[in-house]
Amino acid sequence: MENIIELNKVTKRFGGITALNKASLKVTRGEVVGLIGDNGAGKSTLIKTLVGVYSPDEGEILIRGNKITNWNALKARESGIETVFQDRALTPQQSIVKNIFMGKELRYPFGFIKEKEQIYEANRLIREIGFTSKLINAESPVGNLSGGERQGVAIARAIYNNAELIVLDEPTNNLSLNETQKVFDFVLNVKKSNRSVLFIGHNIYHVYDISDRFVVLDRGEVVHQLNKNDVSTPEELMKIMRETIKIH
Amino acid sequence: MSNKNSHLSNYFHRNGRALGSIGYFILLMVIFFIGAPEAWIRPNLHQSVFVMMPTLIFLTIPLVFLVASGEIDLSFASTYAVAAYVFALLVKNGVDPGICFVLGILTGAAIGALVGTLIVVFRLSSLVASLGMLFLLRGVILLLTNSRSITIMEVENHWIYPLLVGNFYGFPMQIFWAALFVIFCYYFFNKHVFGIHIQHVGDNTVSAEQMGINVNAVKIKAFMFVGVGAAIGGIFTTMITYTFFPTQGFGYLLLALAAVFVGGTPYWGGLGTIIGAVFGVGIIAYMEIGIIAIGWSGEWRQFFNGLIILLALLGHRLHGERVR
Repeated sequence: MENIIELNKVTKRFGGITALNKASLKVTRGEVVGLIGDNGAGKSTLIKTLVGVYSPDEGEILIRGNKITNWNALKARESGIETVFQDRALTPQQSIVKNIFMGKELRYPFGFIKEKEQIYEANRLIREIGFTSKLINAESPVGNLSGGERQGVAIARAIYNNAELIVLDEPTNNLSLNETQKVFDFVLNVKKSNRSVLFIGHNIYHVYDISDRFVVLDRGEVVHQLNKNDVSTPEELMKIMRETIKIH
Repeated sequence: MSNKNSHLSNYFHRNGRALGSIGYFILLMVIFFIGAPEAWIRPNLHQSVFVMMPTLIFLTIPLVFLVASGEIDLSFASTYAVAAYVFALLVKNGVDPGICFVLGILTGAAIGALVGTLIVVFRLSSLVASLGMLFLLRGVILLLTNSRSITIMEVENHWIYPLLVGNFYGFPMQIFWAALFVIFCYYFFNKHVFGIHIQHVGDNTVSAEQMGINVNAVKIKAFMFVGVGAAIGGIFTTMITYTFFPTQGFGYLLLALAAVFVGGTPYWGGLGTIIGAVFGVGIIAYMEIGIIAIGWSGEWRQFFNGLIILLALLGHRLHGERVR
């Protein structure tokens, strides 16, 4: 399987503090990778490095096998890496279609908007990622949607932006069981379309359920990379995590 | 069925506020008609409204853009006079009125850019900063003119006069320009990148920024648009009366703001309605003129203006609070 992105022994320091220490991570096409670790483990630094907000001090970044120099946010987006941050960057009083095309509207000359094309495309996107309710269509205001559905709009937008890897930063935070399931359905549909997802969370149960592979981070180091077959229950994953952190 | 329901609910989400102000307008008409049917069927009452409405439209509609972007501007009432002053002064000095018109509009845009930049770059409160600008600009005008007005009878013989404010089969030309302006603004607000970005910015600045919208540029452009609208209003009025007054525009300050909110645009940003604002202008204009026309004393005018603003606001509450 092709590697969408590969971080090879990446180190990132802030002043005297080493936030990431020779961390290696890869995401292949069509897989869901769960990134777990305690607060301060370096998750946030790792994500920000991955999406180009930080450029690494040492180590290398490969996109589909090619080494990329001067890694930055623009290069990350051009490489098909899109992030859905916790606040989802939505405007709740506007419609789904306006949110999906926010900042990248389809335009006629002189800046007028191709409204029909946008609505058609938005409807296609939200159905593709798994919106089933007939009460919701592209012109529904985002403010009427539940937390999980809003996550879905943000994911649909990432797909519209040609994402091959969607980084979800704690997507199930503050969501009910029902809403969490909706987000899982969206993620599974993204996977089905042969795109990849990096799922960050501190609820081990959520991460376990949805991921094909787990990356455990502790004090800036990747201490474990496990396949789903290596652990049979979320409890086992948690146990492994605890033990390594203790030894470490 | 449910599909129909969702379309209906989306329709009301988009148009509820405009429909609301159309409703208030009709209600006001009915009340006036019942209250004073004789005055109401006299055409000169409606003619006076039609003379007042265009100016108010040029001031109010751009304010919808600005309020939707999450800002407010009070200085437009003085920009109105500054642009008219530039126009009148240049005409008086023999410059071609067509060129004066363009320069007057550019003056409005420049003042808007200045106000906007001040507010956006220094992160000032737009309410307070534009209040300061309102006084400052008015002060500049009074100082420059020594509080004296400028008469420009010569503008009547120029082609620009019949084109902009002449008579067309009994109707003042400015009505047609105002109508064109409304149509243009409707598309500009709802179907153009500028309007859409304004709504995103006013709704959630951080989100808009994260998605690559240049928030500061959008806001400054909205201030500039308000300046342009004020300049058009000021120059039109100066041409209609052949006179520039150093105090002109001040009376429109609260009326234009009232028309924005009576028209259904909420104060919190992210939403706005052009059609609603047109009917808001209609409500304000008919209140101003209608009260007198039906034989009540002018003292009642302010009272009813206040009442209608409050009632309209209460009515627009039916469209719900801000969604977050």
